[in-house]
Amino acid sequence: MKNCLVVDDSNVIRKVARRILEEMNFAIDEAADGQEALDKCRQGMPDVILLDWNMPVMDGMDFLIALRQEENGQAPKVIFCTTENDVGHIMKAMRSGANEYIMKPFDKEIFEAKFSEIGLI
Amino acid sequence: MTPQDRDYLHAILKEKSGLVLVGEKDYLLQSRLMPVARRHGMESVSELVAKTRTPGNNGIINDITEAMTTNESFFFRDKTPFLHFTETMMPELLKDRSGTKKLRIWCAAASTGQEPYSLAICLKEMSERLAGWKIEIIGTDLSAEVIEKARSGLYSQFEVQRGLPIHMLTGYFSQAGDMWQIDSSIRAMVTYKEFNLLESFAGLGKFDIVFCRNVLIYFDQLTKAEVLDRVANQMNPNSYLVLGAAETVIGLSDKYNSVAEKRGLYEVKGAGAATVGGVDIAKPVFVPRSAVSGAA
Repeated sequence: MKNCLVVDDSNVIRKVARRILEEMNFAIDEAADGQEALDKCRQGMPDVILLDWNMPVMDGMDFLIALRQEENGQAPKVIFCTTENDVGHIMKAMRSGANEYIMKPFDKEIFEAKFSEIGLI
Repeated sequence: MTPQDRDYLHAILKEKSGLVLVGEKDYLLQSRLMPVARRHGMESVSELVAKTRTPGNNGIINDITEAMTTNESFFFRDKTPFLHFTETMMPELLKDRSGTKKLRIWCAAASTGQEPYSLAICLKEMSERLAGWKIEIIGTDLSAEVIEKARSGLYSQFEVQRGLPIHMLTGYFSQAGDMWQIDSSIRAMVTYKEFNLLESFAGLGKFDIVFCRNVLIYFDQLTKAEVLDRVANQMNPNSYLVLGAAETVIGLSDKYNSVAEKRGLYEVKGAGAATVGGVDIAKPVFVPRSAVSGAA
């Protein structure tokens, strides 16, 4: 079973994402901001990180940049999952080392399409 | 909806589009036709049916047929057919047709355009091998409404996230308000036509690749066989037919050969003919299911 860290400051979004990803056979951990996510990654890298952009304490972009500088920080696949839906944000995310990009709102079909796109299912 | 309404709808769908509903399918009729009823200012499907029985309501019958035959479509739907396209069909055809450097591709159930545009993107990505080639993609569908949407190349945020990798979204689309529009260079590669598969194919010309996915499922056995045979007649020698993952020609048409280990992919060897020089070359190659793992 692959591990997925769901990073989002919204409790509701984390719950919805967890439900879909558990159906897709992922083991889920959650973090409410980038700093909490980084702490969890330092204890053990997940296979994939579902990452919100706008969060308090440390946002998704700062987290991604910090993650990729960690030892083994290249290992996890990172899928942004955000309401930011303009080409500028998407390009910036991909240049900074994201593997895929989901624009909210999402559904199960989008998750399945994007996770299979980067070879996770 | 009364049983009479249901029988009536089944009959007009069969007559107008060849669509055969197996079982009662009341939920399907109800969910697809309620929006049509509302659009015509009516409160129920029964009311809609009653209206079609009065003269001069062909418009409503067309709307019913469209609503029932429209599929939701994804970019690169099922993935495998597009791998077959870039890794099997195109390399073979680029060799075989190097004399004429012309290819014609038909998407026989183009729906809202995702399939023909996915093929156009595949061609764009291999464009350095296609210098000097003239490749046409024709997309046809029964429904005028979906053809219009296909032509516009406009897709919702949901639609562009199903099957389309993010680098292709940023590479081949631009934002248009809440929608995403596929680039004019890709749109220009596809010609769309409103077309009913039950009509004569005479005006369509010959093709080298035919995608006919997830449309035969709506026809009864006899109509399926007849459409498959007529498609074969529109194909050049050594051409390819692609069916949906759950579809087959076996038991329906002897004009095609299965391509070994490529599920859903068929070849026409002769010019749509089952025999060449008196030798039957169209015996289907039966591939055991165990040999097709990795496909579909």
